[in-house]
Amino acid sequence: MMSNITTQSLTSLVDNIKNKELSSEEVTKAFIERSEKSKELNSYISEDFSNAIDKAKKFDQNPNFDLKLPGIPIAVKDLFCTENVRTTAGSKILENFVPTYESTVTQNIWNEGAILLGKLNCDEFAMGSSNETSYYGNVQNPIDKGLVPGGSSGGSAAAVSGQLTPITIGTDTGGSIRQPASFTGTVGLKPTYGSCSRYGIVAFASSLDQAGPMAQNVKDCALLQEVISTYDKKDSTSIDFKRNQYSKELNKDIKGKKIGIPKEYRVDGMPKEIEDLWQKGIQYAKDCGAEIIDISLPNTSYALPTYYIVAPAEASSNLARYDGVKYGFRAKGENLIDMYEKTRSEGFGAEVQRRIMIGTYVLSSGYYDAYYLKAQKVRKLIKNDFDEAYKQIDAILTPSTPSSAFKIGEKKDDPVSMYLNDVFTVPVNLAGLPAISIPAGHDTAGYPLGLQIIGKAFKEQEILDVAYAMEEKIGFKNKITDWWIK
Amino acid sequence: MTIDLKTIKHISKLSRISVDEQKAQKLAGDLNSIFEFIEKLNELKTDNVEPLTSVAETTLKFRSDEIKSENIREQIIKNSPEDNEDFFVVPKVVE
Repeated sequence: MMSNITTQSLTSLVDNIKNKELSSEEVTKAFIERSEKSKELNSYISEDFSNAIDKAKKFDQNPNFDLKLPGIPIAVKDLFCTENVRTTAGSKILENFVPTYESTVTQNIWNEGAILLGKLNCDEFAMGSSNETSYYGNVQNPIDKGLVPGGSSGGSAAAVSGQLTPITIGTDTGGSIRQPASFTGTVGLKPTYGSCSRYGIVAFASSLDQAGPMAQNVKDCALLQEVISTYDKKDSTSIDFKRNQYSKELNKDIKGKKIGIPKEYRVDGMPKEIEDLWQKGIQYAKDCGAEIIDISLPNTSYALPTYYIVAPAEASSNLARYDGVKYGFRAKGENLIDMYEKTRSEGFGAEVQRRIMIGTYVLSSGYYDAYYLKAQKVRKLIKNDFDEAYKQIDAILTPSTPSSAFKIGEKKDDPVSMYLNDVFTVPVNLAGLPAISIPAGHDTAGYPLGLQIIGKAFKEQEILDVAYAMEEKIGFKNKITDWWIK
Repeated sequence: MTIDLKTIKHISKLSRISVDEQKAQKLAGDLNSIFEFIEKLNELKTDNVEPLTSVAETTLKFRSDEIKSENIREQIIKNSPEDNEDFFVVPKVVE
């Protein structure tokens, strides 16, 4: 039994623990053992293995099988504050930061019986699309050596795909769950803005940030979403709406659902493989009984430029708190101002500094109207496009990314080409909508490719249903060779 | 529009990030290519568009102003790089 524990889905692990085929200790040790053998992936920033085993033993002594995640070990993105466990956000500036409180989303997971395995690598402050901006080194994609896992939730995606954790949570500001899910052959959901509490998540761009589940399959993803999505008074933008029992209510019957295909997502220079995948996806949706409708989202090409004003602007404001006084790294300075400037210059990496500078510039006197206000207006137009389209459809189907995973180092020195990775994911964040990426095929190199299903606000159930139906038709198998295990 | 070194120095001061000559050169190059990409927004007429400030279409909830956590001084000060147990310590600011 031990040997095949890590290949099991979350759902079957939960079943096996509930019917006492497996103990929490056996499951926890199996994932720890595999994580120990997987150092080369560099998925973890901090491990909490011995505490995890203690907690598993404790669970087994007094098990509560009514919980949704009974004794299940879970590693989480290192952007979630975990009480008494170091939380770095992938940054040097938080290298020694040990939160004295717990994020709501992680607390929800522990409340359902899960056990923390450790904290997973990510781009610094979630700013990146390849996990290469992490102060703690880049992450290897389990699909192939030398390949990026995507970002910013790259460690999370690699850990699920490489079976170091049965499931995980990431955060998505412009595609940071969906793009790495697509690059690693896993499932990732970005919920509606306001669905999951932002309390205790290291802030990047507050009007865009959302936490969400990442999993090996749609059902596992639905189960975790059910656990993490709660109304929270501690987050002023948390929304009090009726949440579904997403995994219990999953329904493969999507006959008659109207799925829109936006012509503007056929971008210049998109590889034929992506176009073919999209056509295949359209056929799968038809095979499931969905009705395909051509739609237009005319302002799509303005989404990325808008994002690269709004997100850095909010980041420059959020990251003002890192001043070397209240917490985090402090550099020596001749006086207070000198200390601030050196702390931030030595504590932040190049990409984070670049974005703070962009954000500061677009908010600065004389430029605010031309950039920030302009971007907010275009953001409105982008949201209007979706509102208009949703008058005649239920969901939208697009590719998740314009390419498969690229090589480590390939785009590092060209910020704009790196940003273009998020061309299909960013509009969703700007409009605050839910969207899921599911693995749907491979390119000629054998690397996974994902399809994205975008829903109406608060209609997570609807896109999970579409994903669930399509998943069965697609029959995707991830090709994990364990190349990193000696 | 191009961002020159003088502007970089100005933004660096506003951002409280020290920048040497070499870094300023690199940043100017990066920021110029990023802004060239951003300028695409100027193609759009937006005179009569309301700016979108929040996608969450609810009004912010009010709550009463109550003290929820007490005696957490130790927790607050715990992660500070320098303190004297009661206060954060910064370099001297008054002579």
